[in-house]
Amino acid sequence: MAKEKFEEALGKLEEIVKRMESGDMSLEESLRAFEEGIKLARLCSRKLDEAERRVEILLKQEEGLVVKPFQVEEE
Amino acid sequence: MKQIFTVTELNENVKRLLEASFDALWVEGEVSNLRRPASGHAYFILKDEKSQIRAVIFRSLPVARQFPWARPMQFELEEGMSVICGGRLSVYHPRGEYQLIVEVVEPKGLGALQKAFEQLKARLQAEGLFDPVHKKRIPFLPQRVGVITSPTGAVIRDILHITARRFPSVDILIAPVRVQGSEAPPEIIRAIADMHAVGNIDVIILARGGGSLEDLAAFNDEGVAREIFRSRIPVISAIGHEIDYTIADFVADLRAPTPSAAAELVMPVKKEIVASLETLRSRLINCMLRMGEKVQGKVTSLKGRLRDPRRAIHDFRILVDDRTERLMLSLDHVRAMQRPKLLNLEIRLHHATPISQIRDRQLALESLRKSVIAGWQTIVGRLRMRMETSAAVLDTLSPLSVLRRGYGIIRTLPEGIIVKNAAAVTVDSKVDVKVSSGSFHAKVTEVKQE
Repeated sequence: MAKEKFEEALGKLEEIVKRMESGDMSLEESLRAFEEGIKLARLCSRKLDEAERRVEILLKQEEGLVVKPFQVEEE
Repeated sequence: MKQIFTVTELNENVKRLLEASFDALWVEGEVSNLRRPASGHAYFILKDEKSQIRAVIFRSLPVARQFPWARPMQFELEEGMSVICGGRLSVYHPRGEYQLIVEVVEPKGLGALQKAFEQLKARLQAEGLFDPVHKKRIPFLPQRVGVITSPTGAVIRDILHITARRFPSVDILIAPVRVQGSEAPPEIIRAIADMHAVGNIDVIILARGGGSLEDLAAFNDEGVAREIFRSRIPVISAIGHEIDYTIADFVADLRAPTPSAAAELVMPVKKEIVASLETLRSRLINCMLRMGEKVQGKVTSLKGRLRDPRRAIHDFRILVDDRTERLMLSLDHVRAMQRPKLLNLEIRLHHATPISQIRDRQLALESLRKSVIAGWQTIVGRLRMRMETSAAVLDTLSPLSVLRRGYGIIRTLPEGIIVKNAAAVTVDSKVDVKVSSGSFHAKVTEVKQE
């Protein structure tokens, strides 16, 4: 679940909401769907709130590729 | 004294002379008889209206030492093309032929770059590199965006600015490259490979500011185009201004008109996503609440429809009664149907009775009996008359009439045997003597034999 792409999670959430709104689900099914939907919504929120963005630059050094913070030169 | 060359000597002399005199030259003409054998070299004839010369381009075009200013050839020769060839003359002495070793070719008319661009575009298109089926989908919300561009200048600043504004928590990884000059294509190719090596990159933006066709040459490079095609990460091209199209634009999964537009295409606005997520969440909860109500309602309605099983038994009882009644009715019906039939049979049976025949026979029998009796009396009467006649006759013959005439019949006693012979009696035996009017017993006193 942790590696799940935001878009997939959002897509699944939309799918679940649509299916529930169509109204032809059993109670058990809809309970399961609801539970999963709430989980997905929470996951999506978390992904949106995740860590501050990093801007990095890819550099080639002797030991190979290195990722370093990138400083934007302001004008 | 005549100087006599061998053929070899002559050709070697000519070779020396020609190759020394025509070490570097430009010739213009039209390409014809173009052939490319398996070796990969190109052989053709360069001609004008009146004359022609053999020409060859070796596959690995040697660095044009005589033409250090010239670029490597960027387009493909075509039959009938008007070109300017830079090279030198060479004699192929085994055959005594000379030809032009071409090191640089430039098309006449169209600029070389434009021609190269069009040819490469047509070729890659024919190969299917631009085919929409190969276009990968751009992820809706990438977590990490790779940007291949110059680390300095307006392009990277615009991209960083826009992504930060739209979605402040998305990581950006910049692969710095030169975007101009002969080093640019290999650097761009390597940067795309590096993005794959680093991993976790959801989408690549390949960006450069505007410029002339010359400036954008690196993005018209075949190697760059093929690397973009090969990339497993979706690539958005954002090169030059809106009007500039490069080969990279055609082969990329999405073309953005400008680098800023690329940043906008790749980054949704966070606020909008948060809002739509909120909407989804509330829809989800509403659904669940409605589901609960619906189920509750259903339970209530079903409970109302649940029935006392005794009612069912009553129903069955009524049903059984009803069926029984119908059974009886049907039996009566059958009876009613059968009665006339029975009656009819009785009548017919009655008609068919043998009583009258019996009576007839009785009457016949009676009459026969009477006949028999009458016949019998007739016969008896007749017999009696005959008997009476015979009795009269007989009477005359009867022993009784003999007795009346004084004879007697002697019988032994007690045997009663008529004595016809004296020997039949003994002295002192008793005998019965019958006479006409009766009889008397007598005792034998003497027997005399005659």
